[in-house]
Parts: sequence; structure tokens; C-alpha cells
Amino acid sequence: MFEGILLTIATAATPLLIAAVGELVVERSGVLNLGVEGMMVMGAVTGFGVALATGSPWLGVLAAIMVGALFSLLFGFLTLTLVTNQVATGLALTLLGLGLAGMMGESFVGLPGVKMDYVYIPGLSDLPMVGRLFFGQDPLFYVSIVLTGGVAYFLFKTRAGLTLRSIGDNHTSAHALGIKVIAIRYMAVMFGGACAGLAGAYLSLVYTPQWNENMTAGRGWIALALVVFASWRPWRVLAGAYLFGAVSIGQLHAQALGIGVPSQLLSSLPYLATVVVLVLISRNRRLTMVNTPASLGRPFVPDR
Amino acid sequence: MRIELIKRPERSALFAALSPFIALGLTLVAGAIMFSLLGKSPVEALYYYFIDPLREVWSLHELAIKAAPLILIAVGLSICYLSNNWNIGAEGQFVVGAIVGSILPVMFPDFQSWIVLPLMLLMGIAGGAAYAAIPAYLKVRFNTNEILTSLMLVYVAQLFLDWMVRGPWRNPAGMNFPETRTFSAAATLPEVWSASGRANWGFVFAIVAAIALWFMLSRTLKGFEVQVLGQSPRAGRFAGFSQSRMVFFAFLVSGGLAGLAGISEVSGAIGQLRPTISPGYGFAAIIVAFLGRLNPLGIIAAGLVLALSYLGGEAAQISIGVSDKVVRAFQGMLLFFVLACDTLILYRIRFVGTSAAKTVEATQNV
Repeated sequence: MFEGILLTIATAATPLLIAAVGELVVERSGVLNLGVEGMMVMGAVTGFGVALATGSPWLGVLAAIMVGALFSLLFGFLTLTLVTNQVATGLALTLLGLGLAGMMGESFVGLPGVKMDYVYIPGLSDLPMVGRLFFGQDPLFYVSIVLTGGVAYFLFKTRAGLTLRSIGDNHTSAHALGIKVIAIRYMAVMFGGACAGLAGAYLSLVYTPQWNENMTAGRGWIALALVVFASWRPWRVLAGAYLFGAVSIGQLHAQALGIGVPSQLLSSLPYLATVVVLVLISRNRRLTMVNTPASLGRPFVPDR
Repeated sequence: MRIELIKRPERSALFAALSPFIALGLTLVAGAIMFSLLGKSPVEALYYYFIDPLREVWSLHELAIKAAPLILIAVGLSICYLSNNWNIGAEGQFVVGAIVGSILPVMFPDFQSWIVLPLMLLMGIAGGAAYAAIPAYLKVRFNTNEILTSLMLVYVAQLFLDWMVRGPWRNPAGMNFPETRTFSAAATLPEVWSASGRANWGFVFAIVAAIALWFMLSRTLKGFEVQVLGQSPRAGRFAGFSQSRMVFFAFLVSGGLAGLAGISEVSGAIGQLRPTISPGYGFAAIIVAFLGRLNPLGIIAAGLVLALSYLGGEAAQISIGVSDKVVRAFQGMLLFFVLACDTLILYRIRFVGTSAAKTVEATQNV
């Protein structure tokens, strides 16, 4: 029972973690992409469709990653090349993604999907309590952990990561030093898109292998909140994602037990928790000021 | 080839006026391409979307019904966006306005008097404004990002409505359908000109609100305050304008208008509460606000355009079998093109060939 709950928490946390880690890289480069929800839902519909057509969940995942990255390029072109307002453009990406995905996925509604197999590491997965949790998961769970570690290493231990953070903190100085601000931001945006696409595929291939229009249910926005909650640090994103996974699974179990609280009110708990957590983290103004990338959301037009 | 932006010496008034039209044109072209990809005749599809609904009087009434909430919400959002407050939770404020406004007709159906309707509208406004006050308060008091909090509250409001109509407020004589009792005549927003169609007073409210806010923005000190605090908070502080008061002002006005839109929709067009009372008006209104260039008069026109796309979506579904999901893709594309075209107002765009770019770089390196 307990082990089962832990497992489902991991399943609920993984898509949040993947999307949030991607967005963290984008925001560290100084770009605020509010289109996570849109890119995620595009990834979900693509992953579902391709897996259904080919029978291979892996091809679905691959296609979702590519579609996520390509879709984010649209955002990149507008905000980076045409210097449009990032908040409005991100919203546009979300609205367009939800619209397009609804249209593309119309024929998928009600079809049984392809589910990704679990990976059991022989021997280790039989360990009591933690065996299944750490060594008997779906493959994307491992991807999400490696991704978090990789991003943490990249950002804080490599020169390229330092460059990316310097752009996020002061794009004018970085430009003056000869760093290609726009090019690097394009790459960061596409990485974020790829991650959001992957997170979407996780929803439609692992979490609930089926398609419906509202399947992202605000997870893209929760991922954005997680980045703020984690004060732009990868391992804290992981902690946050599991906290939210716990809240959403907890309310599901509470619904199943029938504790007398209406299911709709329980379902709104993850959203309320997001608000509460955002309040707790941002009430400390100095902490937020220190951690927020200083150029976040600011337009940049290179002077020549 | 590379794209370079060259800052104009001043805002281009020409492109400020033209950009929404260029964006609409580009959306039509993109839409035509989309329809041919779907295997439909683009000319026929666009005809059903944008011409057919305009051909009959009853259909124009339907247009007004759909435009009313869009305009009401979007003029409120324009105050928010002009003052740099990103309220994207209008959908939730719409829902809460509808719920609070429905207290009288649902819980006291026997209370029938001329005063019921005005009270309902006031309660709707109060409900929407109170719900919008939450992200405003959190932003002012705790420095919390209003984008995320206002959006999260949308989900909460929708779930709450779902619970109300399935639980405590379910119609006792409704055969277990998830809906409230239907509103009495005293609680129904009257039609404006019932001889020719269904359009109700909601549309009149929308036009009045747009004109009032246009006057406020362009002719009063408060309007100036909105613009100054939006463009330069520092200058606003020196002028003695309060940033916190502006946050509340923007959220309360937009929340109140969204609430009014909600109760007008329920009382005028639907006649009862259901689990879903909006086809995404709160989000489409964001597109309306930008398409109208955040100018309340422009928003009236933009609201009619988006309302037409909703109606056209229904027409095209019936006549040529295009899914009604296409509408939202259309609306999303429109916002993209609007934002891209707005770049032309501040910048000239120059296409630089790679060879030319190399020459420029070479001269710079010398």
C-alpha cells in the first residue's frame, strides 16, 4: 500500500519535474516562456498519435520532443527576433497549443493508447520498500532524474552553463563581452520546448495512456510555479515536483476513501497548494530578488 | 539571411492602425492553408466562418450575445495590461460572478420583483471583483506573481461551479441533471429587441462599459495614471501615484466586469447554471484585448471579430463538417499574428543577406 502510494507519487511528479527543469533553463537564460502548457499538450497529442500509428511508445516520445522544440521555436522567433512581449506571446503559445492539440486529437478521443513498459532492474527491484520505487519504474522516470542532475551540472559546473546564466542576469553586459545572446536564448527556448513536449508525452503514454483535450489540466502552469518555488535551482525543482505529486495523489486517495469532502473540492487542492506555496516563497522579497534572473522577461535588441 | 530590427525614431501611427488588419489578413491566409490541409475547400470554409453568420438578422443577434462577454471582459483586461498587471484569470472571475449573481434566483426562486435583476447584476460584479482581489492582494502584500495565482484560481472556480450544480444547487425537479433550476422571468435579463432575435442587455452593458473606460483612459487623470504606471513605474512614483492602489484598481475593475459578463451570460443567454457556462470567453478575451490594441473602442470591434469566429465555427461544423475545435486554433493563431505585427509599430524590419551580414561584421571587426 505505502509502496504503491510512493510509486504513484513519482508518476504524478515526473511530468511536472521534466517540464519545470526545461523551463528553468529557459528562465535562467532570461526568457520567460509562459507557453509550457501549450507545448506540453502538443507533446501529449503528438506522442499519443505517433505511438498509436507506429505501435512504438519510444517513437511517440521522440516525436513529442521534436514537436515541443519546434513549437517553442515559434515563441522564440516572436520574442527573440521580433522582440514581442514575452508574457503575451507565452499566453498566445498556450492558447494556440490547446487549440491545435484539440483539433489534431479529435479522432483520438476514446481510443486505447499505447502504454510504455516499466523497466525492472533485476535483483535491485526486488528490494523491500524502495525496490520498485527506485529500480522498477517507467523509463522516463530515470530520464527525469538524469535530466535534473544533468541540468544542475551544466548550469553550475560548466563554462557554457555560466555563460547561459550570465545572459539571464545581464544580457547587455553579456552582449558586450561578445556572447551571442540571441543564439543561446534560442537554444535554451528549444530545450525548454523539448522538455515540455517530453512531459506531455509522459502524460499520454505513461500517466494515463489515452487522449483527452484537458489532460494537461494546468500542469504546465504548475511547472512554471515550481520554477519560482525552487528559486531557479534544479534539485529544489525535484523536491517541489514530488511535493506536488504527493498533494495530487493524496487528494486522489482521499477521494477513493470517501472522507466526505466533495471530490471537486479535493481536486482543487493542487491548484490551491500552488497558490499557497507561491505566497510562502515570494513573501521574502530579498530572497526572490537575489535568485530571480535579473534580465528575466526583459526585451533585448542588440545595438550594432 | 538574417532579420534585423531597426528602431524607428518614433512610434509609427500608420502601423499602429494597420497592424490588427495585417494580422487578420495573415490569419485568414494561414486559416486557408489549414483548411486545405484538412481537405476542405478554403474558400467555402472561410465563407462559412466569416460571411455566412452575417447574412441574417437573427444571426446578428447571436453575434451580439457572443460579443458581449468578450467585450466586457476585454475592456477590463485592457486596464490591467496597460498598467502592467497580468490578470489572466478572467475566466475564473466570470464563473464566480455567475455563481454569486445566481444566489437569488437559485436559493430564493419565489422572491420575484423588479429589484431582483439589479441585485443579481450587482452581486455578480461584487463576486467577480472579490475573486480578482485575491491575486491583487497577494501581489501587493506578498509580492506573489499574479499571472500564476490568477490562473490557478480559474481551475478552483470551475471545480467549485461543478460541485455547486451537481451538489447543493442541483435542481430538485431536474431529473438529476447537473444544472440548477431555471431562472424565473424576473431574474432573466430582457432582450433588447425581441421582435427580431435573442440579443439581451448584456451587449448594451458591454458597449457602455467600453465607452466609459475609453473616456476614463483618454480623458481623465486616472487614465493617465494607468498609462504612466504601466510604462514607467518610477516616473509614476515621482508623480505620487500609488503602485499598490493601481494593482487593486486594475484587478477590481477587470474582475467586476468579468463578473458582470458572467451573470449576464447566465441570466440572459443560458437561464440557469450548468457545469460549463463559458466556451473559454475569459481566455479569448485576452486575444480580444490585444487585437483591439488595448483601446476600449478598438476592443468593441475586436470582440465582434472573435464572436464571429465562434459563430462561424458553429456554422462550419453544421454545414461542412469542420470540427468546432478549429475555432480555438484559429484564435490562437490570430493572437500570434497580432503580437508579431505590433513589432512594426516600434521597429523597421530589415532582411540582411548572409553575404551582406558578413561585410557588416568585417567592417565592425576592423
